Order: sequence, then C-alpha cells, then structure tokens
Amino acid sequence: MIELEGLTKRFGAKTAVDHLSFTVRPGVVTGFLGPNGAGKSTTMRMMLDLDNPTSGTVRIDGRHYRELQEPLKYIGALLDAKAMHGGRSAYNNLLCLAQSNRIPERRVGEVLDLVGLTAVAKKKSKGFSLGMGQRLGIASALLGDPEILMFDEPVNGLDPEGIHWIRNLMKRLAAEGRTIFVSSHLMSEMALTADHLIVIGQGKLLADTSMADFIQRNSRSYVRLRSPQQERLRDLLHANGFVAVEAGGGTLEVDGATTEKLGELAAAHQIVLHELSAQRASLEEAFMQMTAGAVEYHAHGTDIHGGGDGPAGPRWGETFEGV
Amino acid sequence: MAAASAVLQSEWTKIRTVSSTVWTLASALVVTVAMSAALSALLNATFDDLSELERATFDPTFVSFSGMVLGQLAMVVFGVLVVGTEYSSGMIRTSLAAVPQRAAFLFSKIAVAGALALLVGMVTSFLSFFLGQALLGEHRTTLGADNVLRAVVGAGLYMTLIALFSMGVATMLRSSMLSLGILVPFFFLISQILSAVPKAKEVARYFPDQAGSKIMQVVPEALGSEKAPYGPWGGLGIMLVWVAAALAGGYLVLKRRDA
Repeated sequence: MIELEGLTKRFGAKTAVDHLSFTVRPGVVTGFLGPNGAGKSTTMRMMLDLDNPTSGTVRIDGRHYRELQEPLKYIGALLDAKAMHGGRSAYNNLLCLAQSNRIPERRVGEVLDLVGLTAVAKKKSKGFSLGMGQRLGIASALLGDPEILMFDEPVNGLDPEGIHWIRNLMKRLAAEGRTIFVSSHLMSEMALTADHLIVIGQGKLLADTSMADFIQRNSRSYVRLRSPQQERLRDLLHANGFVAVEAGGGTLEVDGATTEKLGELAAAHQIVLHELSAQRASLEEAFMQMTAGAVEYHAHGTDIHGGGDGPAGPRWGETFEGV
Repeated sequence: MAAASAVLQSEWTKIRTVSSTVWTLASALVVTVAMSAALSALLNATFDDLSELERATFDPTFVSFSGMVLGQLAMVVFGVLVVGTEYSSGMIRTSLAAVPQRAAFLFSKIAVAGALALLVGMVTSFLSFFLGQALLGEHRTTLGADNVLRAVVGAGLYMTLIALFSMGVATMLRSSMLSLGILVPFFFLISQILSAVPKAKEVARYFPDQAGSKIMQVVPEALGSEKAPYGPWGGLGIMLVWVAAALAGGYLVLKRRDA
C-alpha cells in the first residue's frame, strides 16, 4: 500500500504537484492518468524519494522510502527506459542492483528470462532499442520480486507487440496479487489494464475512483440523428426542448434523450430518418473533458468555442462535438 | 539501511564492469611511469647542464615522479567518470531507488574507487621510483635513504587523493563533462601557470596539487623550487582538507538536490 498525503512539489513559482493525497491499494492495477506535464513523473519520483517534496509525505506500507531495508524487495519501479549505464552489459547492470539489495545472483538470470532478454544478456545496454531498454527496466523492477510495482508510461514508444506484452505482463502481475501503479496519458490504455483510476491535471487530483464508476459517470451518452429533412427536424427538436448540435456529415446530436422518444417524435411529425442511434462518447473523450481545464500544453489552432475557464486555445474534449 | 557490505559489493561490480576503469587507471600508471623514466634519463644525461643551485638541491626521488604532472590527469578522469557516468547515463535514479540512503550510496562508491586508486597509485609510485632510479645512474638514491620511503608512499597517496578530490567535485557538479572541463585545465594549466607567477604563487601553493606534491620531495626546495610555509605532511594535510571539503560538498548536493 502506498499512501500520499498532501504531496506538493514546487519548482520556483511553478507548482508541479499540488497537495496530492491518495492511496494505492494492494492487489489491483491502479492507473495514474493525466495529460503530459500533469505531474505524474514528478509524483512517482517523489514516491521513490528521488525528488524531495516541498511538503507532504509518501508512505510505503507505513514507512518512508528511505527507511526501507533493501527497497527493491518492497517496490520495483520503471521510471525511464534508459536509466542504466550503457557501457555495462544488461546482466551486469542488473547484477550490481541485485547485490546492493542482497538479492541472489540467480535472480538476475530469472528476470532476464522473464522479459526475454537472455540472448542479449552479455551485450552492452547502449545498443538496445527502446523496446529492449524498456524490458531491461522492467527486469530491474522485478528483480527483488516486490509486492509493489510502479511503471511510468511503460508503453510509450513501443511497437504493438511490445505494448501487448506489457499489458499482459501487468495483468499477470496483478493476478498474482501484487499492487500495480502505472501511469499513462492515454485513457484507452488505462481502460484495458486498470481497475482503479487516479486522474491528475496540473498537479491536482481530479478523480480517485474505480474504473467502472469512472466509465459510468464520465462517458457522455447521446442520440445521433440523420435526416434528409434536417432543418425541419432541428426546428422540431428545439420546439420540444431538445438541444440539437450539428455534428457534421448531416448528423445531429442530442444529449439527454432516448432513441424511443426521438423516434416517436419524428414519426408523429412524419419526418424521415436515415439514422437514429444511441451513442456513447469514448473514455478518451471523457478523460479529455475532465482534464480540459487542466491541460498544460495546449495546441494553439482553431479556437472553436473560446471562453471557458481554461487557458486560451481550444479546450480538449470539446473539439470533437464542434466541427 | 541497506547492509554496508552489500552496497560495497554492488559498487565493486559497477566499477569492474565498465571499460573506463581499466583504461583510465592503466593510463595513469603508464603515463606516469613512462614520462618519469624519460625525464630521469634526460636529467641523468644533462646533469652537468643544470645550474649550480639545481645541482645542489638535486632530488632524485622527486625527479622519478616528474611524470605525475601528466599521469594525475588520468586519475582525475577516473575519479570524475566513477561518479559522473551515474548522472550522464541516468543510472543515478536506478541506483538511488536501490540504495536510498545517500551517505551509504556515495561513501561506498568512494571507498571502492578510492581503494582501487590507492592500489594503482602505490604500484605507480613504486614502479616510477625504481625505474627512475635505475635510469638516474650515479645520481640515484635508494629506498633506504632518509625520507625516501615517505616520499614514495606519499606519491601513491597523492594520486589517490587527486582521484578522491575529482569524485567530490563530480558529485557536486553532477556532470562528467563539466567536471573534466574544470579539473583538467585547473591541474594541468592554471595551477602550473599560477605557481610561476609572483604574488599568485603565494595563493597557488595552497592549491590541492601544489600542497600535496610536497610529500614527494626528499630535499627541501628541491631543484631550486621555492620554500613553502609547510612541510611534506603539512602539505598533504592541506590537500586532505581540500578532499574532505569536496566530498562533503558532494554529499550535501546529493542529499539536498533532486536526483
């Protein structure tokens, strides 16, 4: 179990992590989600006592990281793939880590086998591809057979085969009853792997919820209509108190209505419908809506909606319904 | 706290599994011994061309260490790389996640690298001495002569302290390039030049290399060099203070700053 309490990190005037409090519970995969620059990596570095918090604390099974006896046996982490000495072989990079925590040397061979690097164990790690580097990093995280595993953007830059492998590995590790804490900026990735979700934006906690609840609460459902008599249909919907938004391709989208009700309404006024379908916004859209006001780096381009409480530029999650 | 022996073993594995360890330490030995031998042979051949003062203060022991001016640079590179590659490779985050106690991590590393530097330094100084004396012909001295053993052991200590000082500086600066960019010109140029400039040399004699190298002299004011306000052990003590300051500074930086 990892407990964060009021964790804050300031770099000069900029607050990267802002009073973050949450608990990573054992036995599940907890997804740590946020746009780029939300403070995920900084938070993870503070959890490992690499960065000093400005204020607040992190406790691992009730203790500070620095108090852990042989920490690799409690918690294994993949922060960035290239955090190894390139001039040293994969085997020796793992060996020196193992020795520092009194992990038997045979374990080095085991984890190399587990991540599929046995064939290149004696090769210098600077020649490794990103995917191989990521595997080596995961091998180092697994070295102490820890109960808690932390992965920072493990699928970043990997090919589909590598992504597939990491997903399955995380599921397998969670099935063994381990605590998995994995960060990502991709909601779709989280939806596939996480049971619990912690969402941050600009260093602040935006959501701490089960995946199922998040889907329930955040996905927007609407009805899509297409008709050759679009003008009439729209007037009719407005007259009946529905807000119809033009969504391109001659379709209209209506929030908060059922297909039955809209179908009957169109039939009663003899409007021909070519499409009448219930739609659910993707989780990606739900995530973007949630973090819309808290996105660090906006693309400056077509400002469709303007206004809003976020900084200038199009608000994430709104662009999809506009065009 | 991770067991000290485990961290020492880990640091030993780190140091023996990178090629830079071998080539820096081998360079330190070869360059020092070869250059000292060449200069010993040269001085033996041109002894009669020396000034009267230089002949009167001729110090065969010191002459057999004259290659250290260049050889110490390899020791600087060794010391810098031992620490600096942790930062340049990003390994430091992995290392500190494995050994979060900063003092245990840093001082284990320094103990292992320092012991290795001491071993190579001693071998270098004894080799340098014996080869140098063999080439000095009739001007030679022996290990049994007054203060000679002190100077030879001192030369080994000097090389070790140069490496330790470099480790401290690299820990403070957290970069191999920056540390080498400062230390190499400092030891090779600035310190040497300032020691020849009037007034400036009053300050330069307190630099770690200038003060520390006094231990290698058997004859006071050897070869017409100027009298220093400290003796051989005093000079080594001054160097030790520099080393302690650099290591303490490095530890504070490691402890306070984000990895």
